[in-house]
Amino acid sequence: MIRNSASEMAAKLAAGETTSVALTQAHLDRITAVDADVHAFLYVDTEGALAQAAAVDAKRAKGEKLSPLAGVPLALKDVMAQKGVPTTCGSKILEGWRPPYDSTVVANLKKNDVVILGKTNMDEFAMGSSTENSAYGPTHNPWDLTRIPGGSGGGSSAALAAFEAPLAIGTDTGGSIRQPAAVTGTVGVKPTYGGVSRFGLVAFSSSLDQAGPCARTVLDTALLHEAIAGHDPKDATSINAPVPNVVAAAKSGDVKGMKIGVVKELNGDGYQPGVRARFEESLELLAKAGAEIVEVSAPNFEYALAAYYLIAPSECSSNLARFDAMRYGLRVGDVDGASAETVMNLTREVGFGKEVKRRIILGTYALSSGYYDAYYGSAQKVRTLITQDFTKAFEKADVLVSPTCPTTAFKIGEKANDPLAMYLNDIATIPVNLAGIGGMSLPSGLADEDGLPVGFQIMSPVMKDERMYSVGAALEAALLSKWGAPLLDKAPVLAGAR
Amino acid sequence: MTLSYDDVIAKYEPVLGLEVHVELNTHSKMFCGCSTVFGAEPNTQTCPVCLALPGALPVVNEKAIESTIKIGLALNCSIAPFSRFARKNYFYPDMPKNFQISQYDEPICVDGYVDVEIETDEGPKTFRVEIERVHMEEDTGKSLHVGGATGRIHGAEYSLLDYNRAGIPLVEIVTKIVPGTGKYAPEVAKAYVAELRDILRSLGVSDVKMEQGSLRCDANVSLRLIGAEKLGTRSETKNVNSLRSVERAVRGEMIRHAELLNAGGRVVQETRHFQEDTGLTRSGRSKEQAEDYRYFPEPDLVPVAPDAAWIEELRASLPERPSIRRKRLQEAWSVPEKEMAAMINADVLDIVEATVLLGADPTKARSWWLGEISRIANDKDVAIADLTITPQDVAEIVALVNAGELTDKLARQVVEGVIAGEGKPSEVVAKRGIKVVNDDGALMAAIEKVCAEQAETAEKVRNGHLPAAGALIGAVMKETKGQADAARVRELLLGHLGQSEG
Repeated sequence: MIRNSASEMAAKLAAGETTSVALTQAHLDRITAVDADVHAFLYVDTEGALAQAAAVDAKRAKGEKLSPLAGVPLALKDVMAQKGVPTTCGSKILEGWRPPYDSTVVANLKKNDVVILGKTNMDEFAMGSSTENSAYGPTHNPWDLTRIPGGSGGGSSAALAAFEAPLAIGTDTGGSIRQPAAVTGTVGVKPTYGGVSRFGLVAFSSSLDQAGPCARTVLDTALLHEAIAGHDPKDATSINAPVPNVVAAAKSGDVKGMKIGVVKELNGDGYQPGVRARFEESLELLAKAGAEIVEVSAPNFEYALAAYYLIAPSECSSNLARFDAMRYGLRVGDVDGASAETVMNLTREVGFGKEVKRRIILGTYALSSGYYDAYYGSAQKVRTLITQDFTKAFEKADVLVSPTCPTTAFKIGEKANDPLAMYLNDIATIPVNLAGIGGMSLPSGLADEDGLPVGFQIMSPVMKDERMYSVGAALEAALLSKWGAPLLDKAPVLAGAR
Repeated sequence: MTLSYDDVIAKYEPVLGLEVHVELNTHSKMFCGCSTVFGAEPNTQTCPVCLALPGALPVVNEKAIESTIKIGLALNCSIAPFSRFARKNYFYPDMPKNFQISQYDEPICVDGYVDVEIETDEGPKTFRVEIERVHMEEDTGKSLHVGGATGRIHGAEYSLLDYNRAGIPLVEIVTKIVPGTGKYAPEVAKAYVAELRDILRSLGVSDVKMEQGSLRCDANVSLRLIGAEKLGTRSETKNVNSLRSVERAVRGEMIRHAELLNAGGRVVQETRHFQEDTGLTRSGRSKEQAEDYRYFPEPDLVPVAPDAAWIEELRASLPERPSIRRKRLQEAWSVPEKEMAAMINADVLDIVEATVLLGADPTKARSWWLGEISRIANDKDVAIADLTITPQDVAEIVALVNAGELTDKLARQVVEGVIAGEGKPSEVVAKRGIKVVNDDGALMAAIEKVCAEQAETAEKVRNGHLPAAGALIGAVMKETKGQADAARVRELLLGHLGQSEG
């Protein structure tokens, strides 16, 4: 049952073939069985999940009209505030904090009766591409437990790949939904910026952060997208417009006559041969499905990484200033009348990890007077140029495509001491965040050289998110008929291997 | 040796710069829905947003933007078609986010002015104070330092934090430098803040209570030798909690600077805290090294781009400028300058105007509010506005006196009754049985009685010594318990004694 897609589970629930309690328990059992190996979860809310499941079952028994995903379990990235449930952002500094409020995403999930199993591991404050920066230890890729599951949302994607949950919530600041999806053979979508409320998403970089749906199929992702999206008066940057019709697009999967633009700059040097091969193969399948493949150029993308590593750290240096040990979370050294300043310094020293400190320092420097124009100011100009590149490219194509990342999953520890190499992993995902458009990653097969999953990225214009679902569903269907079974069936069996 | 003020101004020219922070009186905070009511139990008016809990986001209070635009318009500013919030990053324990959402290089209102009039040796003179900018920001929480000798953080055992004030909408009004005020700098500073307070009050956007901190003034003062171009080093005096303190603080700083400069020293660029009791300032935070606030556009908020039509709507709805209104009323009522000032100081201008609009004679309306009613308010130690008596009541009383149904003395009893909660003037008159005695028979009986009792005085009057009649009239009034019309008593008395006003 746990290997079903979320929509299959929902159908069984609706048909009375199973209950949400049984389904939830099956996933809790699976977590118990494999999470010691995978370490996707930081907190499993057994009681809360079963209570929520029982409540859905009761509603169903009474014949209440329920939402499409009612009763289906989900894994929540630990960056989302959930009332009463520990929320750490993968950081020691928030140890022990239980939010007194629900994020809008959580409120929407509850409203849709989606059962929240627990909180998933992540790079500390979503800063990283491997989940190695979690203060609570790395998550392991279910395809190969010695490899990273991507990041920052490695926990959410690994949970999907390990069948610990059929649905998950991620957040994507520079690729944190799409890159983990790519390296775990799952689907992840970063909606248009402002499409899903950020209220209750603990901020890393406010102008780039975007919550989104993760699942094992394009349709499941669309169903979850629909459940969490929409205007929120509590988020001033939330877009006040109807949610794009992503479910209908995912169901139809029609690409006839669509123009698909291949971004010249996001392919070639630095991209693993197996990644390129799978990408070319997917393009052929889409062409066969009736799409027209065109080439587009985005000359300013080469500056995207540099701009991103100025803007994101700048915003984070300000966003993380509130962690001062005074009102919540960790407090170190509060003895013998130590001053607030001493306690704050000691707490931050212990509470923040190396990567977080690195970015706070970078951002503080970039915003300093005398450097602001050269760094933050220039980065904002690049951001505008990249947005213009996309606008021009979308004049030639309905969607743009690229490999999601240059490589497949690397080994845990391989790049831990080389931040620049780590940063390069996000080279194809970052431009999407800078422009605020939508992006999806779905599995396009395994790289011949290492047998690991490869991701295919689809990018759609602002609030045209339905386009990436159409293309994603078309490619998914074509690949499925080619493979004869879902890609994850090729993943090794997890059975307490470690 | 303390310099005299005259010595200071003989040698130096003061240059002012004033920053005024105004708490808006919106019902909810700047970026969340929490209440803004003053004086609630600590930390009861807070939420995830104003406590800066992880994940919480600000949303701009539209009413606050409206109020700020009104202020800008009233101060003759241009309203920016596009303005942005910015983060001002610094650490302070009672600022929960450790950055303040403010405005930096794109404020909502710029380039205005306020004209203030002060009394000079050459008569009234108008000074123009130019406004550099008006911008929006949020207030911080409040720290209470416990255990230290002075309530300061230094030496305190512990500090308590109250976040009720955190996130209350603040508007900061910054002047350009104000040169050319010469010896009148303290008066101009005071008059500017007073004018600002009056304008803000007339707009209804703030409680403007300096003592509660809803209007706070920072006074920047520097001195330069008369004729010099280059500005001197300034000090920034905070904690100036009354109009009088504004004047005292500026004067005090001018003297302090001059003493330092005369002794060959230099003024340190710093904040100073005004001490209400001594009128002196004490050193605060040094500003010799510019603090780096790392301003950048607030990414959680979208730019403010007010619709031009809306701005014009707000402009059209602005009330009459208080200084213009004062001039207009003064002329219409033919009130001497001193009386006008007395009304403004006593804060009764609105109430007098309301009384006049209800038909009362301006002089009478003024004398009731400024006289008897002010006296009672003083005795009770309450504000005039808090007494139960209304302009309607006073207008009614004035009308009763004009109709001869009350004497001034009786009217005072009616005022007392109304304030004591006995009802409307007509009800007080009825309940207390107050009425003018105009029955000539009853009056004649009293006159005869008094003349018999004071035969000697009566005789003097009979012999043409009219001033003596006063004592007899007084006695008759006393006899009739003040309910008689004194003019009628005089007429009857003189007739009775064979005299007339001639």
